Amino acid sequence: MSLDLGAILAKHGNDPTRLLQILRDVHAADGLARPETITAIARALQLPRARVEGVAGFYSFLGTEPRGRFRVLFSDNIVDRLQGSVELRQRLLDAFQVGLGEVSRDGLVSIDVTSCTGLCDQGPAMLVNGRAIPRLTPARIGAISALIRGRSPVEEWPENMFRIDEHVLRRDLLLGTPFAPGEALSAAIDRGAARTIDELKRAGLRGRGGAGFSTATKWQACRDAPGPQRFVVCNADEGEPGTFKDRQLLAEHADLVFEGMTVAAHAVGAQRGFLYLRAEYPFLLPHLEAALEARRRAGLLGGEIRGVRGFAFDIEIHVGAGAYVCGEESALIESLEGKRGIPRNRPPYPVTHGYLQKPTVVNNVETLAAAALIARHGADWWRQRGTTQSSGTKLLSVSGDVARPGVYEYPLGVTVQQVLDDSGAGDVGAVQVGGPSGVLLSRHELGRRIAFEDVPSAGAFMVFDASRDVLEIVDDFAHFFAHESCGFCTPCRVGTTLMAQMTARLVAGKGTRRDVKDLSRVAGAMKSASHCGLGATAGNPVLDALEKFRPSFDRRVASREVLPTFDLDEALAPAREVTAREDAGAHFPEES
Amino acid sequence: MATSYPPPRPRKKLRVATASLAGCFGCHMSLLDIDERLVDLLEEIELDASPLTDIKAVGPCDLALIEGGLCNAENVRVLRELRSHCRFLVAVGACAINGGLPAQRNHIDVRDCLQTVYLTGLGVSRGFIPNDPELPLPLDKVHPLHDVVKIDYFLPGCPPPADAIWQFLRDLIAGRTPQLGHGLIHYD
Amino acid sequence: MTDAFSLDGYDVPFTGGQTILQAALAARRYIPHLCYHPAFRPHGSCKVCTVKVNGRTVASCTTPARAGDEVESESPEIRDLRRNLVQFLFVEGNHFCPSCEQSGQCMLQAVAYDLGVTRLHYTQMFPDRPIDASHPEVLLDFNRCILCELCVRASAEVDGKSVFALSGRGIRKHLIVNAESGRLADTNLAVTDAAVSVCPVGVILRKRRGFAAPIGQRRYDPKPIRAMDEPADGEEG
Repeated sequence: MSLDLGAILAKHGNDPTRLLQILRDVHAADGLARPETITAIARALQLPRARVEGVAGFYSFLGTEPRGRFRVLFSDNIVDRLQGSVELRQRLLDAFQVGLGEVSRDGLVSIDVTSCTGLCDQGPAMLVNGRAIPRLTPARIGAISALIRGRSPVEEWPENMFRIDEHVLRRDLLLGTPFAPGEALSAAIDRGAARTIDELKRAGLRGRGGAGFSTATKWQACRDAPGPQRFVVCNADEGEPGTFKDRQLLAEHADLVFEGMTVAAHAVGAQRGFLYLRAEYPFLLPHLEAALEARRRAGLLGGEIRGVRGFAFDIEIHVGAGAYVCGEESALIESLEGKRGIPRNRPPYPVTHGYLQKPTVVNNVETLAAAALIARHGADWWRQRGTTQSSGTKLLSVSGDVARPGVYEYPLGVTVQQVLDDSGAGDVGAVQVGGPSGVLLSRHELGRRIAFEDVPSAGAFMVFDASRDVLEIVDDFAHFFAHESCGFCTPCRVGTTLMAQMTARLVAGKGTRRDVKDLSRVAGAMKSASHCGLGATAGNPVLDALEKFRPSFDRRVASREVLPTFDLDEALAPAREVTAREDAGAHFPEES
Repeated sequence: MATSYPPPRPRKKLRVATASLAGCFGCHMSLLDIDERLVDLLEEIELDASPLTDIKAVGPCDLALIEGGLCNAENVRVLRELRSHCRFLVAVGACAINGGLPAQRNHIDVRDCLQTVYLTGLGVSRGFIPNDPELPLPLDKVHPLHDVVKIDYFLPGCPPPADAIWQFLRDLIAGRTPQLGHGLIHYD
Repeated sequence: MTDAFSLDGYDVPFTGGQTILQAALAARRYIPHLCYHPAFRPHGSCKVCTVKVNGRTVASCTTPARAGDEVESESPEIRDLRRNLVQFLFVEGNHFCPSCEQSGQCMLQAVAYDLGVTRLHYTQMFPDRPIDASHPEVLLDFNRCILCELCVRASAEVDGKSVFALSGRGIRKHLIVNAESGRLADTNLAVTDAAVSVCPVGVILRKRRGFAAPIGQRRYDPKPIRAMDEPADGEEG
C-alpha cells in the first residue's frame, strides 16, 4: 500500500466537507489514518487537527489503529448468526490463530465483526477490505483463507465470490410499473412545482425510512424556506439490521431513485443533490456512477434540465464509513459536511437549516422512488393501494427462518401472517418488524398489519421460528445499539452499554431479577431522555421482549435476587498465577 | 368501662454487626464520633460481630454496617457471611459504595502490582510474592459491595459524618426510610 | 404583557428566543443541569435538565419556551429519571470524590446531592483513562470527564484555539487534545484560557492549586446548588 496524500487532497479540492471521503481514500491506500497523516490533512483543510482526529475516530471503517492487510469483518446481525456466522468466523480465526478484533502477528489479517451489512437474504456475509462477500459456507471460508494466505489482492479474487443477487419475490406499484427515465420529470415539469407537491400530498405519501413524516409537508417547508440555495439528499444509509430493500432499489431501479431526487429538486428549487450511500454497499457504486453519467448525457441532470431554463441540478455520491446513526437525517447532514455523525438539536429542522445550514430535503431511497412514480402516474394511482392513513405500497426485506428470503412489495395494511405465508415461514416464534428499533411481535400478533397506524416498518422483517431464543435475539440487538450509539447524550451512550452488559449476563445464565428490573429502568430512561431516535428506540427490543416473552427471561434468571456481576473465581486467576497457589483458599469453589 | 391494655412489650434491641472490609476504619471512627449519643444508641441496639466487640463470627442480626469495598477473597467471604446472617445490609462510606480509594488500582494489572511491590520495586532485593495459604488472594479489580450481594441501604461519605450516621440509624430504628438532607449527603 | 409558561405550577415569564431552562434560571427556578452554561449556546447532551412538556419529555436547555406550556420538572418521575442519568455518569467514569481536588466545587457532585443520590445502582465500568500531566500548569484527569464539551466550546468559541475535541463514539467517546503527540503540553493551551476554568467537574485542573478552599468554604458547601446564584461557572472559589 502506498499513500499519495497530495493526490487525494487534490482530488477532493482540499474541501473540508469532503473530509470523510478523504479519510476513506487514505484508509484504502494506507490501511489507517496515521498521526502524521491526520496532521497533514488538518493543515491542508485548515481545520483543527483534533477535529480531523475526531472524525477519523468516529466511523467504524476508519480509525487510527493498525489493521491487517486483509481486514475481515463478519456481519453480525442475528440473522447472520442464525445462518451460522459464528461458527464460520471461528473457523477463520482458527485458521490464522488470531483472536476476534486482533491483528495477526505478521500483520497479514485482522478479523472482527461489524453491524449488519444488508445481505440477510444471502448471508452469512462479510466484508474484506470493504468488499462484500455473501453466502459464506465452510468451503468459501476455506477458499478465503487460502487467498489471504497467498496474499492475493482482493481485486484479483474470483468475481463470483462477490456476486450479490437480488431476490424480488413480490412486485406491486413500485417494482412492477415500467418506467422510462425522464417521464416522471416531464410530468412534474408540466404540472409545475407547486402542483407536484399538491399531488404528493393528495397521494398521502409518508417517509419510508421509519418516521412516516409527510413527504409533501417536508418538500413544501423546504420550498418555503428563505434563501437561494437548496439541497436534496437521498438517504441510502440503509443501516437498520435486517433491511436490504434500498440495496435492491439502487441495484435495479437507480434511475427511478435519481429521478425522484430530480423531481424533488424541481419541486423545492434545489441545485445540488447528494446520495449518501452506506459504506457496506460499495458494489453499487460503479453502477450508480454510470447511471448518473447516463442521466447527465440524457439531459436529465446538469444545466437546463429538460430544457427548463434555470433548472440546474446534479447529484454526487457520498459514501459513509460505518455508522448507523448517520441514517438519522441531521446526523447524515453532519456527515455530509465532513463531520462526526452527531444528530443536531432541533429545531431548527433540516428543511430550513440543513446542509451547510441551507434548506435541505432528506428522503429515504424508497420515498424518492415512490415520489417519482406518483409524479408520473398521479395520486389516485398510488392511493389504489394501502389504507386511508397509509397509502401505497411498502417494500419489506424478509429474512430469517423463511424458505424464500428476499424483497417483497405489499400494499400497506398487509397482515404479518400474509407475509409469513408468502415467504414460507414455518413454526413462527417471533417476528421483528422494522428492525431492532421497530417492534418485536409474538406469535399471537400475526394478524396485525404493516401500516403506520398499526405496525410501522422501515422495511426489515426478520422471522424467528419457535426454536429460537428470544433472549439471544435481544442480546444481539443490544450489542448492536451499544456499538452504534454516537455517544452524544448520556442516556444512549451509557444506557446502551449497560443494557448490553445485562443481556449478556442473562444469556450466560448469570443474570438476576435485579438485571431484569434494571433493563426496564435503563430502557425507560433511554426512551424518555435520548437525543435522537437511535437512543429513543434502542430499548424497544428489550421492552417488547419483557412484555411479550417474559418466560424467556424468567427461565434464564438465577433464583437469587443478586449474583456477583463478575466471575469471582476468575477474578482470583491473575493472583493465583503470580503466587502459583492452587490451595482451597485460592478459589471460590462454588463458582467454578 | 375499664380497658385493659396489654403490658408494654419489652423493647427488643436491634442486633447489629459491623465490619470493615477494604476500608480504613474511618467509617467506624465516624460512628464513634457520635459521641455521647452512643449511650442513647446502645439503648436501641446491641452489637454482634464487630471490630468494636471483637466478636469474630456473625450470628443472626437485624442489620450490618459495612465499610470498605471488596479487594480480596476474604472480603467477599465476610460479606457473604454477613448477607446470610443479617436482614439488612448497609454499605457505609465511599469504598463500600464505589470501591473508593482502593479501586483506583483497577487500571493496573494485579500481577504487575504484586510483581512491582514484591519483586522489582525500588529497594526490593531477593523478594518473593507471598504465597502463604493463610493470606487472602487479591481480586483482579476492587469492587463495591453491590456487585456481589444485595445491599439494602447506602450511606455515602468518606467517612459519612457522625451526624449522618446518627440520623440514618435513628431513622432505621424508628422504622423510617432513612433521609439525608443537605450537608448530610456527601461523597468526600 | 409578557409571555409565560407554567413550571411545576409557577408562572415563568420568558422573552423571545429563550429556552425553557434559560427562562427558568432567569426566574430563579432551578432545573438541574450539567452541560448547559449561560455563556454558550445550549448543547443538550447531558439530558439532566429533561422536563416534561405537555406530557412529552424534552431537554429543557434546547427546547424553546412557549407561552402556555405546562412544564413538569420536580415530579417524582422526572427526578427519578435525572437520578438515573446521574448514576449513568458516575458508573461510566472513575469518580472518586475523596481524592478529587474539585470535590465540593464539582457540579456533578452538587447535582447528585440535590437529587439525593446515595447509590450507583449499576455496575461500574472502571475505564482505563490515563491522566495527562505533560503541561507545566494544567493537569488533565480524564477519569472524571462527563463529555459536556464545555471545554471544547470554550476553547473554540472564546479562546479561538480548538485545543479540545472529541473522538471515538458511544461509550468509547473521549476527550482529545489538539496535538499529534496527544499531549496537552504540545498544544497552545494557556492557563488563562477560558477552557481551563469552564470544566464543571475535575478534569481540567490548574496545577499547584488543589484543595485551595478548605472544607466548609468550597463552592457547594454552604448551600445546595439549587439555592445558589446562577451563573456558576467553573471559576475556582
